[in-house]
Amino acid sequence: MSFLFYAGGAVALISTLFVILQTNVVHALIYLVLSLLAVAVVFFSLGAPFVALLEAIVYAGAIMVLFLFVVMMLNLGQTTREQEKAWLPPRVWLIPVVLATVLLSGLLSSFPANSIEVTEVGVMEVSGLLFGPYVLAVELASFLLLAGLISAYHLAKSR
Amino acid sequence: MDTIPFEHGLLLASALFALGLVGVTTRRNIVFVLMSLEIMLNATGLVFVVGSSKWGHADGQIMFLMILTLAAAEVAVGLALIIQLYRRFKTVDIDVLSQLKG
Repeated sequence: MSFLFYAGGAVALISTLFVILQTNVVHALIYLVLSLLAVAVVFFSLGAPFVALLEAIVYAGAIMVLFLFVVMMLNLGQTTREQEKAWLPPRVWLIPVVLATVLLSGLLSSFPANSIEVTEVGVMEVSGLLFGPYVLAVELASFLLLAGLISAYHLAKSR
Repeated sequence: MDTIPFEHGLLLASALFALGLVGVTTRRNIVFVLMSLEIMLNATGLVFVVGSSKWGHADGQIMFLMILTLAAAEVAVGLALIIQLYRRFKTVDIDVLSQLKG
């Protein structure tokens, strides 16, 4: 299990790095799908199979397909790729990388040193909570999705 | 079952979050900005799942499901805004939106 964790984590980090370095939108999307699938493997190794499946189905499946549809609709071709290269000279990376390093070192200094005994928290426990104490949160999530649906329809409508 | 150090899970999540932050602050193409936001949301969800696994509770996984829903709604609205931006300005450059400041 810990091998799965480290392998998945390494793949996730490398493919995420490629996502932010890519100039081609479709290649970046494919790397993002790879990164999300690797995070799903990490979830599985942490003993959360239900969440791992949802990550693969909803994140890497549905949301990324939504991205892909929009990218194909916009038809960002060769010209955008050259523009992208012109937008990203090496010096623009300097300040964001420094800021992110500061953030990362701040986070690293606050970690508690502990270890996880991997216990599987399966579908039963999660769905028991979802239909028990968290039923209101499920309702609110459905409201949120409805609001997202309506606003996406309204915003993308051509006039 | 073997053990995974707690801080390694947090380290992975923080590194993913920092990479997403670099993407958000560096990119000018709005599609890449939205993708980097997805990376950051996913890293946040990873922290919740690591915590859920550490304490053996399902609550963290519930929070991850909420983040998943939030990400889906956010992506739908964000992509609709991208389509509208492209229709009006024929570009995906976020800097053209600075004309909103008047």
